Formats: sequence, C-alpha cells, structure tokens
Amino acid sequence: MRVLMFGWEFPPHIAGGLGTASYGLTRGLASQKDVDVIFVVPKAYGDEDQSIVSLIGANTVSVAFKKVKYRYFMKPVEKIEVFSRLVPYTDPEDFWKMTRGEVADTDLLVSTNKQGKVDFSGTYGANLMDEIYKYSVVAQVIASEQEFDIIHAHDWLAYPAGIAAKAVSGKPLVIHVHATDFDRSGGNVNPVVFKMEKEGMDAADKIITVSNLTREIVINNYDIDPEKVETVYNAVEPLHHSELDVPARAYDDKIVTFLGRITLQKGPEYFIEAARMVLSRMPKVRFVMAGSGDMMERMMRHAASLRITDRFYFTGFLRGNDVFTMLRMSDVYVMPSVSEPFGISPLEAMQSNVPVIISKQSGVAELLTHAVKVDFWDIEAMADAIYGILTYPALSRMFIMNGKEEVDKLKWEKAATHVKDIYTRVLKQTSQQI
Amino acid sequence: MSTPQKKAICLYFQVHQPFRLRRYRFFEMGHEHYYYDDFMNESILRRIASNCYLPTNNLLLDLIRKHKGKFKVTFSLTGIVIDQLRLYAPEVLASFRELAETGCVEFLAETNSHSLASLMNRERFELQVRVHGEKMAEHIGYQPTSIRNTELIYSDEIGNWMADMGYKAVVTEGAKHILGWKSPNFVYCNAINPRLKVLLRNYTLSDDIAFRFSDTSWSSYPLAADKYASWIKGLAPSSEVVNIFMDYETFGEHQKKETGIFDFLKHMPDAIIKKTPFKFMTVSEVADNYQPVSLLHVPSPISWADEERDLTAWMGNELQTAAVTKLYSMAEKMAGCSSEQLQRDWVYLQSSDHFYYMSTKFFSDGAVHAYFNPYENPYQAFMNYMNILSDFEIRLKTLCPVDYHDEEVNRLSETIQSKDHVIIELQEKLTKLEKKAGTANKRAAAKTKGKAAAAPAGKKVATTRVAAAPAGKKTVAAPSGRKAVTAKAVTTPAGKKAVTAKTVAAHEVKKSAAAKTDARKASVKKSAARKSVAKKGAGSK
Repeated sequence: MRVLMFGWEFPPHIAGGLGTASYGLTRGLASQKDVDVIFVVPKAYGDEDQSIVSLIGANTVSVAFKKVKYRYFMKPVEKIEVFSRLVPYTDPEDFWKMTRGEVADTDLLVSTNKQGKVDFSGTYGANLMDEIYKYSVVAQVIASEQEFDIIHAHDWLAYPAGIAAKAVSGKPLVIHVHATDFDRSGGNVNPVVFKMEKEGMDAADKIITVSNLTREIVINNYDIDPEKVETVYNAVEPLHHSELDVPARAYDDKIVTFLGRITLQKGPEYFIEAARMVLSRMPKVRFVMAGSGDMMERMMRHAASLRITDRFYFTGFLRGNDVFTMLRMSDVYVMPSVSEPFGISPLEAMQSNVPVIISKQSGVAELLTHAVKVDFWDIEAMADAIYGILTYPALSRMFIMNGKEEVDKLKWEKAATHVKDIYTRVLKQTSQQI
Repeated sequence: MSTPQKKAICLYFQVHQPFRLRRYRFFEMGHEHYYYDDFMNESILRRIASNCYLPTNNLLLDLIRKHKGKFKVTFSLTGIVIDQLRLYAPEVLASFRELAETGCVEFLAETNSHSLASLMNRERFELQVRVHGEKMAEHIGYQPTSIRNTELIYSDEIGNWMADMGYKAVVTEGAKHILGWKSPNFVYCNAINPRLKVLLRNYTLSDDIAFRFSDTSWSSYPLAADKYASWIKGLAPSSEVVNIFMDYETFGEHQKKETGIFDFLKHMPDAIIKKTPFKFMTVSEVADNYQPVSLLHVPSPISWADEERDLTAWMGNELQTAAVTKLYSMAEKMAGCSSEQLQRDWVYLQSSDHFYYMSTKFFSDGAVHAYFNPYENPYQAFMNYMNILSDFEIRLKTLCPVDYHDEEVNRLSETIQSKDHVIIELQEKLTKLEKKAGTANKRAAAKTKGKAAAAPAGKKVATTRVAAAPAGKKTVAAPSGRKAVTAKAVTTPAGKKAVTAKTVAAHEVKKSAAAKTDARKASVKKSAARKSVAKKGAGSK
C-alpha cells in the first residue's frame, strides 16, 4: 500500500504539534508491513531524515513543461486536451498578460521561478493563502507522476492539495484533522479557512480526528456524517536514555513551565494568573513561559503589571533538544489550553519525568489518567494543583512514576495500526463503489 | 460448651459516614479554618437516612417485636456518624435508641473517628475507644462489651490491647490468607490473650447480600430469603457460627429499595428460624455461648477491604503513607492541645475514608472506592487533604506552641497586633483633633479679619499669626506622617501573614527565621516609635 501524504511541516523544520504528529504517524506507518509513505511538504530543506519516507518538496517539482494527465477523473481522457492546464508564469507582468489573454477558465495559473519550479516559503507567512493554492497546483503534478493507492492530507493547509490530488488520480482521500479553526480562533472563525476545511471534509472519504473533542466539533460545526469521522489518538516518540540527563540547576527553586505557542488558543493568561496566586504564597518558585506567538508581548506586559517578572520568565521559541532540556528542568508542566484538539507536549513532559496539569478542554485529557485535569478558566484549581505538586513530594513522585508508565504505553505504532486499518476499510469501500 | 445442636447466626452492620471535606485551596491556608462540605454531608446523610437508616431501623424493630427475642442484630456506630446524625438526622439516633431498648440489639465499641489509630500506637487507640464509649453511653444509652476496629482491621497485637481493655469479643474478616484450611464458621481466640474471642466474617455469604444481591449476571440471581436460608442450612453440619457482616448502607442505598432488598430482609429471619438449626445471636452472646476451637494467628493486620483484605486500601501507595504520616506526626502535640475546635477537627481528619479516597486502586477496581467519593481522582483527594492538614498544622502551632521559637513568634505577632490597634485609635483621635483645630483656625482667621479695621488690635493679629504658623505647619506635616503610619499599618498585617506562613518552615530554617524575628522586633520598635511621635503630636495640640 502506497500512501501519498500531504503535510505542511517535516522535522526538523517545525513550528508546532502538527509537524511532530504527522512525522510520528509517518514513522509508525513506515514500521508497518507493506506500507510506503510518500510525504510531500511545500518546501524541502534537504536536511530532513529521509530514511523512513521518500520526502518530496513541492518547491523541487518542475511544473513548467509538465503535462498533467487526468487519468481517472474525467473520462474519456481523449476528449479533453491532453495538455497541461497548468499555466506557469514567472513574473507579475506575465501574469497580467495571461489573465488578459485567452486562457481558459479551467486553466490554472501558477507563478514559477526560472527553473520552472514553484517557490514556497514553507512558513505560515502573509502569503499563506497563495502558498496553499500553489501547493494544490503542484500536488496535481505530483499526483499524476507518482504511483499510490490512497491520499492522506494533514490539516487544512494541505486539504486543497489532497482534494486536487484526488481529482487527478481518483484515489480515495483521508484527511487528518489536527485542529479546526474553532480551536485556533477561539470562536471567531475565519470564513475562508472554514470554507477550505469544510471542502476538505466533504471531499474526504474518511476523516481522522485526534480526539473525541475534535470529532464532536467536526460533526457538529461542519455538519459531517458521524460515520465518516473516526478518532485516532496521537502518541509520542520514545525517548532515549541518554536524552534524560538532567542539566545541573544552579538554584534550588522549583520551576513551573508553560510550553507552546503564546496564542489565545493556548490560554497563556490563565497560566500567568495562576502564577500570581502561587507566587503570593510560595517564595521559591520560578515560572517559565516558553514559546512565541502573537500574544507574547501582551503577556509580558501583563506579567509586568502584576509585578511578578522577577520570578516569571519568557524564553521565546524553543526548538529540538531545547524543548526537552526545558522540560527536564521543570517540576511541573502546565497546559491551560482553552481549546486543544490533542496536545502532544504533556506527553513529552511526562516522558521527561515531569508531572503535568492539563485543561479539561484538551483532547489529551481524554487519554490520560495520571495528570491533573482542570478547567482552563479555573485558575484557583490550577494554582492549587501547582502548589500541591511543588509542596508534597509524595504527590509529585506518584505522578512521575505512574505518568511515565502511562505515557510509555502510547506508541505511534499503535496509532499507525489503527490508521492502516482505516486505509484498508476506505480502499475496500471505494472499490465496492466502483 | 453450650448446646452443641444449636448453631448461631450473627448479623452485624457497620454504620459510618465521614465528614467529607470541602474543596480547600492552598491560598486559604492560614485564613480559612472550616474544612467541611456541609451541603454535601447534609444531603448525603439525609438521603441515606431516608433511604436506609430510617426504613431499615423500622423494619428491624418490627422483626424484633414479631420474633419476640428470637431475632437479634449487632451494630457499630462510629463517633463521627453519631455526630452527623445529631446534626442532620436526630430522628435516626432516636430510632437507634429505640432499637437498643428492645434488648435484642447489641452495639460494639470501636474507634471514635473511624481512624487508623490502631496502626499507630496503643495509647491513641485506647483513647479513641474510650471517647467512643462515652459517646455511646450518652447518645444511645449503651455500654459495649464487645469491640470491632475500623474496617475490621485486626492483628494479634491489636486484639491483645482489646482484651486488656476488657472486651470479650472482636469481629474481623475471615480472610483466606489467614485462615488457610480453617473455616470462618467457628469461634477463635486471640493468639496473645486467649480471653478475647474472635468472630470471623463469612465473606461469601455476606457479599452475596452486600454486593451480589442485585447483580443480574450472578448465577444465583434473584436471591430470595428461602434460597439464602437453604445455603445457611447447608453449612450446619460443619459449622457453629455464621457471621454475616456488612455495611448498613447495603439496605436501601447500595442495594436500592427497588431491588427488593427490604423484602429479602423482612423474610430472611423467618426462613432461618424455621428452616435451619441456626439461632440469631449478637456478638457478645456468641462469645458467651461458644468456646474457641483454636488460636488464630494474625501477625500482620487484616481488614475487610478490597480483594487483598489488608491495609492497602488506606496505606497502599505513597500518597496515602505520606498523608497518614503527616497526620499522626501531629498526634503528640494534639495530646497537649486544649482547643475544642482543633480537637474536633483532629477527630474528623482522622477518618480512614480520607485515605481511602487516595487509593490508586481506584483506577482499576474502583467501584467500591467510588461510594460517596467526593473526588475525581486520588490525586485530588490527596492535594485537598494535605492543604487542609497544612492549615491545621499552622493553627496547631499558633494555638499550642511547642518550642520556644513558636512562642516567641506568637508573642511578637500578638504585640504587633495590639500595637496596630493602638495606632489606629490614635489616628482617629488625631484626625478628630485636626478637624477641631482646623475649624478653630478658621474662626480665628475670621475674627482677625473683622478686627483688622481696628488699629489698636494690630499687635494681637501679629501674635496670632505667629501662633498660627507652627500650627499650620503641623497640619501640613501631619497628613504625610499619617500616610506613613497607615502605610505601615497596611504592611504589618502582611508581615504577620508571613510570620504564620513561616512557622511551617520554622524548624528547618531556624536561623533565618530567627533573623526574621529580629527584623520584626525592629519593626515593632519602629512602629512604637512612630506611635510615640504621634502621641507627642497629639499632645502638643
């Protein structure tokens, strides 16, 4: 079984949980028998680990003189002109000319560089919508060149690519919902993003969600048939023992950590409020907010206005091993997310022998037993849990011991087995339809 | 040896409800000293009273009257449940008294707070049993002659203490790992002091009622009185005493009324009396009428809880051990503490239930641990309990200082408090005087204006001006001084809080704390000094 997988990030170039999760799943799938994964990202940097998958960067695919054959979608093939409907252009001047010229409505215009390839930034910048569009265009080229049985697209950025690939190849599409815009926006849903998500979900033959929480959102907010939606919990890569060395700490203060994007979705302000409550009663604690995001400056000002900055630190964005170093230094990990479809980072914390406090509004809360679960808005409960873990060593030891045991049972191989099972069912179902 | 033909059946019910604790946050420590969830305790107790205690008591009363001395039961009421009944359902207590008056009901002695004191030391255990005895005499009008320990915890050593206290029999679990090939259906005696008879619970027959009664997947479902009696009859050739022990809440609460549990109870005595050679006896009667068949060796404590029948339900994990250890580390201090409030909390905090909620077995076989459990998980139970215990410790240190250091801190914080009081009083005086002075000045000024036209008065004006000037200065200076004083007044309570908070850590960091007390002394001096300034100021006016 060959899987054409569309993602947006691939380690080491990741910005959040999406990259980690899609990579973990890919690894898990690669360890399965007779599953091969072709992983496509908008931009390949060349230093990615390609031992387990064949990675394709959309930026390395030449589209200029390609003919995209529509093999399955529109039959008979002969009737439509077998020439590329992709019309590459290299500068805005060309684009202007072309849109003025006699380009048919169905043709796709795409900007290329001198080599006839499409440039991607591979980030979440200002041209995101443009990039998503370009990605879907290149996806068609890739889909017509590669041999595969099923398409798997991770999150809304890749849905259009998945849809396009399905259109070209006629192969079934599985989409993987790592988050919805309801999670990211705190309710103020961006209609453009919503449209893309909805189209992706409608076009999909099967939808995988990362938790029942997300499954509910997909079913209720996007009006999707519950039969079509299935939950596969994320897992976490096992840690190697050498990675567990705890760096020496220069002081004996306790450390409480928030790690994640500092955005509305992650509830950083609740962490600060809880920190204030703890600091008012406990002297020897330090709080760390690791990560970056659009609310970082506001959070810094907020911490300053509460006069706790002498015990409250911001680290900026952490990458790779720094994440684990930070975790290993921590005595408590807090994830106060307002809406978290899954949340892999508490699992990483538990691996690093750190007790975790997670919000009940997170998907991972469905999965974990040995974690404190509080409502994100209940700062009193959060502060109390932080205090309890820091003050009562027996509690902390129990969390560490049981948490480690629990998290070690969560394996990507298991998740991958489940996903493979879904593939098999989808393939069977679509073959029956034909 | 008494009549060897007649066999005995002994029904014994445990009545206990703990004072459940409210959600207690760490920042309440040192401020809030009320720990109980009144609403939950009252509603649970009222519910149990109307579902179980009252209807079952009435039914038992009817049965006792009907069978005229042939039907007998044994109860144990913990001191805590007596307190709760007094608070929330006095009518239940009255109906227990009524039961006691029939003469067919025995009440057992036990620990006052349903505590694990027997695992700590002898004095504590004996004290608790004594207190419980007084409570029984006062509220039920009964003097127990036999005993049971919290959750039927028993070992040779504990049995020995009970015997020394003069009790003739004890009830405990017929634990398989203790009995081996032996049968629970005989009377045994304590291995150290054979005068104490040991009655062992027949857990199969007991759990048939307590747990399996309404289990539709059970092969013997539905259980009727006749069927039950026939099982008991089957035991007759090879047994003398069948002990059926269970939670009283089985009737109407764990097994709801709709399951037919009351009908079962109603017909069971009749079936047993008529169809079996067994005769109902209370625990003490069994002890009087039967001789032990053998010594029973129980080197380490057993109980009736969970599959293991040991102490792991309360002391099975690290959380529980930490909590129990912290609780009893205060026992010595509590012995010398005369505060009624603290003593009451001390009793309620000792309930074994608090530790039961911390059991991590909750995750696997949690059904029983979940009965009336106010917590979502054992971690929450632990955190809440430890927060409360920390506050309790703070109070204990303040009210019953143990070492010189605590006393010194207490003395100083008292001084601060009293001086704060004086400062506030003086401030009030000062502002009053200032107001007076202000109006006086205005009046004086108005007068001088009026008099300015008269030339001879000129000199006088000058003098008043001179006199007024320093007064004006004072009024200017005073407010800023006042501010400083009030600022101080604001900071001192905070400082005081720090003192109380610090008492917790006092033992570890005596030196630094000592330094802090010095600082506090200095601050007291300062505030005293300021006060004297204020006094002077007031005085000069």
